[in-house]
Amino acid sequence: MTRTRTAATAALAISSALVLAACGGGSSTDSGGSDLTGAVRVDGSSTVYPLTALAAEDFMAANPGVQVTVAASGTGGGFEKFCRGETDANDASRAIKDEEAANCAAAGIDFAQLTVATDALTVVVNKENTWATCLTVEELAKIWAPDSTVANWNEVRADFPDEPLKLFGPGTDSGTFDYFTDEINGEEGASRADYTPSEDDNVIVQGVSGSKGGLGYFGFTYFEENADKLNAVEIDSGAGCVAPSVESAQDGTYTPLARPLFVYPSKQALAQPQVKAFFDYYIANDAAIAEAALFIPLNEEQRAQLEADYAALSGS
Amino acid sequence: MSTALAESAAGGLNPLRQTKPRYGEKVIRVILFAAAAVSILTTFGIVISVLIPSLEFFSEIPLTEFLFTTTWTPLFANPQYGVLPLIMGTMVITVIAIAIAIPLGLGSAIYLSEYAKPKARKVLKPTLEVLAGIPTVVFGFFALEFITELVLKPIFPQIDIFNALSAGIVMGIMIIPTIASLSEDAMAAVPGGLRDGAYALGATKRQVALRVVVPAALSGIVAAFVLGISRAIGETMIVTIAAGLQPNMTLNPLEGMQTMTSYIAAAGAGDVATGSIEYKSIFAVGMLLFIITFFMNMISIRLVRKYRQAYQ
Repeated sequence: MTRTRTAATAALAISSALVLAACGGGSSTDSGGSDLTGAVRVDGSSTVYPLTALAAEDFMAANPGVQVTVAASGTGGGFEKFCRGETDANDASRAIKDEEAANCAAAGIDFAQLTVATDALTVVVNKENTWATCLTVEELAKIWAPDSTVANWNEVRADFPDEPLKLFGPGTDSGTFDYFTDEINGEEGASRADYTPSEDDNVIVQGVSGSKGGLGYFGFTYFEENADKLNAVEIDSGAGCVAPSVESAQDGTYTPLARPLFVYPSKQALAQPQVKAFFDYYIANDAAIAEAALFIPLNEEQRAQLEADYAALSGS
Repeated sequence: MSTALAESAAGGLNPLRQTKPRYGEKVIRVILFAAAAVSILTTFGIVISVLIPSLEFFSEIPLTEFLFTTTWTPLFANPQYGVLPLIMGTMVITVIAIAIAIPLGLGSAIYLSEYAKPKARKVLKPTLEVLAGIPTVVFGFFALEFITELVLKPIFPQIDIFNALSAGIVMGIMIIPTIASLSEDAMAAVPGGLRDGAYALGATKRQVALRVVVPAALSGIVAAFVLGISRAIGETMIVTIAAGLQPNMTLNPLEGMQTMTSYIAAAGAGDVATGSIEYKSIFAVGMLLFIITFFMNMISIRLVRKYRQAYQ
């Protein structure tokens, strides 16, 4: 499983490196060349991880002296390290919380929120599941409510078959968990607890693809990478069924589960040349990296906003 | 001392006076003491660092709620702290592991000690011990990808992808070497005279093995069992990977479960804020685990001592 994923990422890295060499070769020499040394440490959301990891691979290919490490211990876990000054930037699948921002302020860490891609949080079921092609927000809420006892698909909708429901999802550290519970159950963290939780989305892939009655949710990227093993469920929030896709996430029709993905670099870290060079590269090539890593790129308006936000953080 | 006496006899020197102060001896003594002290101090350090947050935990959550209620959701919006599902998960998986490891471990020990020719023994024992050197993370994926997918699914189609049974089976395989090796040592230590006496009375090989050697080595064998059980209770990686991370108050091994160790691993790897009640819950579970394995180890040490007194 992990091996396949690494191979896929490597293939993407090579193809995107070719694309980038063709259209952006000049920018990498401008941003410092290959004599840069040092380390860049990024942690945070496992949803954003593939994007930053691909940016890191491409950047390190051009700057072999710089070691960019990207970890994925969850948005919340990442912010804890970030606000202790242990990392230079944090990937996040939700906005920073007030108490996390207070921790950063107490440690004297300035940061900005950069929206680097869009995600369509995707609800997935087993390939053999032929009945649940579209679920309403109410049905999802019924399944995932904190006091829910729904244990069979026929309790979700009367004409669904008698098949035990097996639930998989991100753990409580995950920004995906926070976002999903907030949108579906109306309160962040409000979820039934009797499901198999994991911060590693591959475990959810494994769980749902291995259980006929399985249901889980995670970022769109993981679905695209595993589309041969899983089915995505269309979501009906009142205006008909909408499948998660690049288009529906960009034009805003995939509600309520389309969401922005963020990277939070710290201003202090950007004072180091290798960190600045990495983020210059990341932001300048954001669209190509997002596409190569199977993320949903920003639309024009969001892209202009990203460049303005980054200039404001790193410019001074 | 004896050299000093020899010298005094030969040369007439004062035997009570040392010719050279032996600093080397003192240095070695201090180094050896430090080596022994490190493990003792570490144990004390662990006990204290686990005990303090645990006591803080129990000042907020009553011990009765911890030990006697059946819902464990400390990381969720409406937290509940009944540790029984974790104890249940640990028990179910340990029982499965022991059911695999004791017959197979003892069987291989009897074979190695009583039946195997020296040549076979020379190859088999190290091979068995290689099993003990496999990293537990490898065993974890073996349980998930091989045992669950290819062995258990065809037999039990309704089995959960993450389940207690495959974790228990693989954990049993993992502790076979512990049980086999220690039991075999105990049987090898049974004096040859006992065997010879039994043969002289006309006993068969099977009778000698099962009615003479095994009972004579029983305390050592039981100590091996207890050590194996301790290892199973403390094992973390296999259950984290293969048994699911869902606290589940059930005896059905086909369902996913969470053990005490996999709760500690999963919660500890996440972002629980230092000092919060979720954070302290990790230590409370750790304390419980420590107490359980401490008693298991004490029993095993007692048994080992008893067995030493009998034959050495």
